[in-house]
Amino acid sequence: MKKASSLIVLVASFAMIASLFMPLWDIQLEAPQYPEGLDMQIWLDKISGDVATISGLNHYIGMKPISASMFPEFGYMKTIVIGVIVTGILVALLRKKWLYVIWFAAFLGIAALGIYDFWNWEYDYGHNLNPHAAIIVPGMSYQPPLIGCQQLLNFNACSFPTTGGFIIIGAGSVCFLVFAYELFFNRKSRGSLIKSSPGFVASR
Amino acid sequence: METFKKNKGTLSKLGLLSLFIIILSAAGCGGGKEKKSVVTGDAAGKVYVAPGKYDEFYEFLSGGFSGQVSVYGLPSCRLLKVIPVFAVNAENGYGFTEESKAMLNSTHGFIPWDDSHHTELSMTDGKPDGRWLFINSNNTPRIARIDLSTFRTTEILEIPNSGGNHSSPFTTENTEYVVAGTRFSVPITGNKDVPINSYKQNFQGTITFVKVDKTTGNMGVAFQILMPPFDYDLSHSGKGPSTGWFFFSCYNTEMAHTLLEANASQNDKDFIAAINWKKAEEYIAAGKGKSFPSEYYHNKLDEKTHMTTSEVLKNTIMLDPKDCPGLVYLMPCPKSPHGADVDPTGEYIVGGGKLATVIPVFGFKKLQKAIEAKDFIGDVNGIPIVKYESCMAGEVQKPGLGPLHTEFDGKGFAYTSFFVSSEVVKWKLGTWEVADRIPTYYSIGHLSIPGGDSKSPWPKYLLAMNKITKDRYLLTGPELNQSAQLIDITGDKMKMLYDFPTIGEPHYAQGIAADLVMKNQVKVFKLEESTHPYVCRQEKDTRVERKGNRVDVYMTSIRSHFAPDNIEGIKVGDEVYFHVTNLEQDWDTPHGFAIKGSTSSELLIMPGETQTLKFSPKTADIYPFYCTDFCSALHQEMQGYMRVSPANSNVPLSFSTGKE
Repeated sequence: MKKASSLIVLVASFAMIASLFMPLWDIQLEAPQYPEGLDMQIWLDKISGDVATISGLNHYIGMKPISASMFPEFGYMKTIVIGVIVTGILVALLRKKWLYVIWFAAFLGIAALGIYDFWNWEYDYGHNLNPHAAIIVPGMSYQPPLIGCQQLLNFNACSFPTTGGFIIIGAGSVCFLVFAYELFFNRKSRGSLIKSSPGFVASR
Repeated sequence: METFKKNKGTLSKLGLLSLFIIILSAAGCGGGKEKKSVVTGDAAGKVYVAPGKYDEFYEFLSGGFSGQVSVYGLPSCRLLKVIPVFAVNAENGYGFTEESKAMLNSTHGFIPWDDSHHTELSMTDGKPDGRWLFINSNNTPRIARIDLSTFRTTEILEIPNSGGNHSSPFTTENTEYVVAGTRFSVPITGNKDVPINSYKQNFQGTITFVKVDKTTGNMGVAFQILMPPFDYDLSHSGKGPSTGWFFFSCYNTEMAHTLLEANASQNDKDFIAAINWKKAEEYIAAGKGKSFPSEYYHNKLDEKTHMTTSEVLKNTIMLDPKDCPGLVYLMPCPKSPHGADVDPTGEYIVGGGKLATVIPVFGFKKLQKAIEAKDFIGDVNGIPIVKYESCMAGEVQKPGLGPLHTEFDGKGFAYTSFFVSSEVVKWKLGTWEVADRIPTYYSIGHLSIPGGDSKSPWPKYLLAMNKITKDRYLLTGPELNQSAQLIDITGDKMKMLYDFPTIGEPHYAQGIAADLVMKNQVKVFKLEESTHPYVCRQEKDTRVERKGNRVDVYMTSIRSHFAPDNIEGIKVGDEVYFHVTNLEQDWDTPHGFAIKGSTSSELLIMPGETQTLKFSPKTADIYPFYCTDFCSALHQEMQGYMRVSPANSNVPLSFSTGKE
């Protein structure tokens, strides 16, 4: 693993520390009577913004009130990300390509799982409705989009990553570039992956 | 006092006669067929504020006999809000709810109405700062303070030792004081049970300085000055070079007690009283003020508890000018002056003599020189009268008929309203020449330029507030709203822009650049900050408690239900207090509350607020209650029932929400 590669992974890992203290995702709602918009931010361990107001409005269509207790993930998400960061730093310092590949694959897997989990919550939140709700539109469900905008009754709901999310995506992207570079362009040390044995010193 | 003896000659009678002729001829012309509109060119474009766009200025109009304040946006002249102040307002429960009742307490008991006269914005460095608005009540003397972050009346202070509060509540440059002056003199220091015709011996006036707290705005009577029994009409604070002085116009210097229209119009000159309030502070510090037993109410709204409480105060400090040389001087002013208006530089004081044929302008420097030279022509009760010529800086000749009130554009021009000749006259300070005039419809009283009595006016618009309406709008029977006209003052010539009906009878208005008020706006009351004694922060805390025949209902409202919405076990003879907390924390989501048969008002509860309605049901019955403010798609479903049983019934107290 090249020195530059390991440096990039080190920086990316450190950058991800910031995501522990920032919202990852932002859902914005706009309606004719809400020109100022309603906003909800999703963090690794909490939700913030106009949550009470959004819950108050959504109860008409039978959606559950949003609360931290709906997200058992809040209990361990931070720990997982800290784990990714710490192992990322270790991998960068050890500079072993095979370790890096494993680490990056794990990172990618966790990210994919996280996004799938989020989508899953959105699906449940939008589909699992109270049958006694005041407003029931036959065939209508209210799943917010993962990325992008969608009209849900009078609300236009837009969902996008925000600061913390961008940092993780950015970190993931550069790590992917490093992954691609190390795998396909840094051929001199390609063998290291195949031969992979402890104590093997990759080309420096 | 040669000069101020009654002028009994035929001259004054001739004067009166000619006035009648003028009024009659004006009436004759007014009945003409052609109604004047006199707008030119792009007037419509200048008042057009596109949908969704904001006005440039807030304009606060006094409500006069409505007792309230109305708020308009300029230049669109759109009504933004009516703020209840001195009159109860069933629309939002002001004066009816348990929280707000105390605001209208006085030594005379609860007063549901008054006559609100002059709006005055709080000032910093002689400029409106957008924090508070003060307004006086003329009938039962009081001053109210409105908080411009909530547009609510947050304080009312009763003015003791006053027969009526007209020359009020004008403020000093940094809102150190707001003032009050007696419109009606009454017996103050002696026996109050005296013959009315002993007016000259037994009646007195007072001028009151009310201290305003710099940060909270809370008011308190600082001191009062005992004055001769004149009628104190209007006033303004000095500024710049005249800092530390206050100027009050007075009429009825004849000291008449009956048929004032004639008897108080005899003297060629009345007065503008110049008061050195810095000197007053020195006298107070030196112990010259006398403690004066007085009873008066001070009512305050606590923003955290949402409750108004009354405090009864028992004392003021009285200064007698006799013992305080240099405190008050009288400047002769022709004739029955109304306005006493100080120009932006602080040098000129403009008098508006209702019956005068000139506009007299006094110079502050000249006044100081005259005082130094003791250029006096007599005194009233020991208060020196300065020689007119020695303090007068100039006179605007042949300005019009019936000058009332003057405001300024900060560019060297003054604008004076003329009631009798029904016009606004623009004239130049220093040269005293008339520059322009424009008719108003009809008979203007006061006028207002945003910031027009401050150090730096916003010289764009002038609002003319008229006393007679007649044919200006679609007719509405014999009782017509008053009319106001918006005039463009940006050019050499004034231009009429717009004409609109107003609320009550505006006696004065003040305007301010919108951003100074907009930036402080409160959108919701924070639920977690409420310390209301009956607040319910969440639905599960709702309950009904009985203590004897008093029943307290701790109720919440949120889109779209009340909790509880079924209440049983109430008996005839109970006093039920509905303490309704609006749980919403979202902007513009008020809920209302009304119950059948209530002899009070409704409640209109802002987000995070708790309001209380007292209800004593007279008969056993089922009483529906409901939300009165269309809050949501299911607003019409936001309702509930209270079961009231006979006095001797055994129905247990119970309450529920959503229980089948």
